[in-house]
Amino acid sequence: DIDDVGHKYYLELELEDVLDRGRSVSCTAEVLYHLGSTTSAPDVQVTVQGELRSTEEADKEFYNRIRSLEKELVAENIPDSHGNVPPELEPIHLLAWVASGYVIWQNSTENTKFHLAQVKHVKQVKRSDEDLQFDYVVLLHEMVSQEVLPWQVTVLWHPQRGARVSQ
Amino acid sequence: LQVDLWQPSSPSHIVEGAVADVRVPRNTTRSLLPYLQQANIPYTILISDLQQAIENQTGGRPHRNRRSLSGYNYEVYHSLDEIEDWMHYLNRTYSDLVHMFSVGKSYEGRSLYVLKLGKRSRPYKKAVWIDCGIHAREWIGPAFCQWFVKEALQTYQTDPDMRRMLTQLYFYIMPVFNVDGYHFSWTNDRFWRKTRSKNMRFHCHGVDANRNWKVKWCDEGASLHPCDDTYCGPFPESEPEVKAVAHFLRKHRKQIKAYLSFHAYAQMLLYPYSYKYATIPNFNCVESAAYNAVNALQSAYGVRYRYGPASSTLYVSSGSSMDWAYKNGIPYAFAFELRDTGHFGFLLPEMLIKPTCTETMLAVKNITLHLLKKCH
Repeated sequence: DIDDVGHKYYLELELEDVLDRGRSVSCTAEVLYHLGSTTSAPDVQVTVQGELRSTEEADKEFYNRIRSLEKELVAENIPDSHGNVPPELEPIHLLAWVASGYVIWQNSTENTKFHLAQVKHVKQVKRSDEDLQFDYVVLLHEMVSQEVLPWQVTVLWHPQRGARVSQ
Repeated sequence: LQVDLWQPSSPSHIVEGAVADVRVPRNTTRSLLPYLQQANIPYTILISDLQQAIENQTGGRPHRNRRSLSGYNYEVYHSLDEIEDWMHYLNRTYSDLVHMFSVGKSYEGRSLYVLKLGKRSRPYKKAVWIDCGIHAREWIGPAFCQWFVKEALQTYQTDPDMRRMLTQLYFYIMPVFNVDGYHFSWTNDRFWRKTRSKNMRFHCHGVDANRNWKVKWCDEGASLHPCDDTYCGPFPESEPEVKAVAHFLRKHRKQIKAYLSFHAYAQMLLYPYSYKYATIPNFNCVESAAYNAVNALQSAYGVRYRYGPASSTLYVSSGSSMDWAYKNGIPYAFAFELRDTGHFGFLLPEMLIKPTCTETMLAVKNITLHLLKKCH
C-alpha cells in the first residue's frame, strides 16, 4: 500500500513460450494500480532475465506472405466454435494476443481478469509505408463479471519494429 | 519349453479333463503342437495372431475416427439434438444399466433429460449427481458428461473400480442442464452463458443458472441487472431448469451423497462456500477428497488444478448450485472448472477433449471411491 497513491505489486514470473513449450524465461515486474482510478491504466515495469527466442525467419516469411496477397486479408472467428485455427491464420491469432494484451492492460484494475476469448473479425488494411496494418475486433472475457465484450483494436506490425497498437 | 498360462490362474489348478489356455511365441508352436499331438492332448487355436488382435482393438486409427458404442464420436462437440438422440440410444441398448428420464421442461419447452446409471443390484443404493452445461458456452462440460457415461458402460465389466461404483451406487447424469442456452450457443451466440428466459422490462434474455439457487440468493457476486451475465433472476428458482433440478435433488436428498457440477474454464476443483469466506463443518473429509482427486487428475498428463473453497479460490458468488446442494444436506458438493486457463478458454479444441476427459475421469472416480469409504 502506498498512501494517497495506490497499491504496488512486485511479481516474479515465468514466461513460457507457447510455440516452444519447455522453454521458459524468468522475469520480474512492478505493477502500480492507482488509487480510486478507473480511467488510468496501471503503471507497469518489466525486466526480462534471459533471452527470448529469435523469430526472424518466421517473421520475414509472414511479412512477405501478407505483402504479396492480392486482396487484403479478411477473416473471422479465430478460433472457430470448435477451437480450430487454420495454420495459415495462426500468426494473425498470435498478433491478436498482442493487441489484446494492450487493451487488457489499459482496462485492468485489481478486480478484473481478462482473457482473449476469440478474434471476431480481422481485416488487413494496405498501407503505403512498410508496416502491415490489421483492424481487429476481439472478444475479451472478463472472469469476475463473466462478460464477453467486443473491442476494436488496430495493430501495426513490422518484422524489425514489432507490434504497435494505434488507437 | 515355456508357456504363458492364461487359464487356469495357477499351474497347480491344472487337472486332467479340465481346459487350459496358453499363449506361446509363434516359433514355440513348432515344438509345442507336435508334443500335444504325441501326448494325445486335443487342442484348438483360439487366436492365431495375438498382436493383430490387440492392434485391431486399440490403436492405429486417428483420433477423429475413434468410434465406439455404435459409432458415436466422443472426441467432438455434439449439438443438443445429437446428445438427446444419443441418450435415447443408450436407454434402448443398455436398459440393464441406463434409465433415461426427464425432471421437467426448460423455458423454451425442451425436456430436461437425466440418465440414471447403475446396476439394479439392491433395492436401496446411495447416489451421485453429476450435471454439466449449467453455463451454455462451457462446451467441454457436456462433452465430459458424455465421456463419463461412455466410460462407465464400456469398462464396468473389466475395471474393478467402475464395477464397484456401478454396483454400489447410482449415478444421475444430466449431460446438458441449460438446454435452451446450449442450443442458443450453437445457433446464435457461441459465448452465451445464461438461460433464455425473457425479461419483462428489458430487452435482455436469460438468468445465470448458477446464481438462481435459494442460498443467500443475490447477495455478493451476483447482479440484479437483467442484462448482466451474472443476473440472479427476479427471485430464487425463477428458472424452470433450476426449479426442476432443485425439486429432484430435494426429493432425493437422503439418497444423494455427492453433487458434482462441471464448468469451464480455470482448472480448479472447488467446494463450498462460494457465498462467504468460511470453513465447512466437514472440511477435513472434503479437503482430503479434493486433494486426492487433484493428484489423481494430475497423474494423467501433469495438468495442475488448484483446489479449495470457491470463495477464496475463484471468487465470491451467491446462489450457486454447489452451495445449495451442500446446504440441502449433500455432504460432498464440488464444482469443477475444467481446462484450460485462458489460452483457448471456452473454445477448447476438440483434440483436447480426450485428454481433458481422461484426466477428469480419474478425479471423479477418486472422489466416488472416497465417498464409499465413509468420511462424511
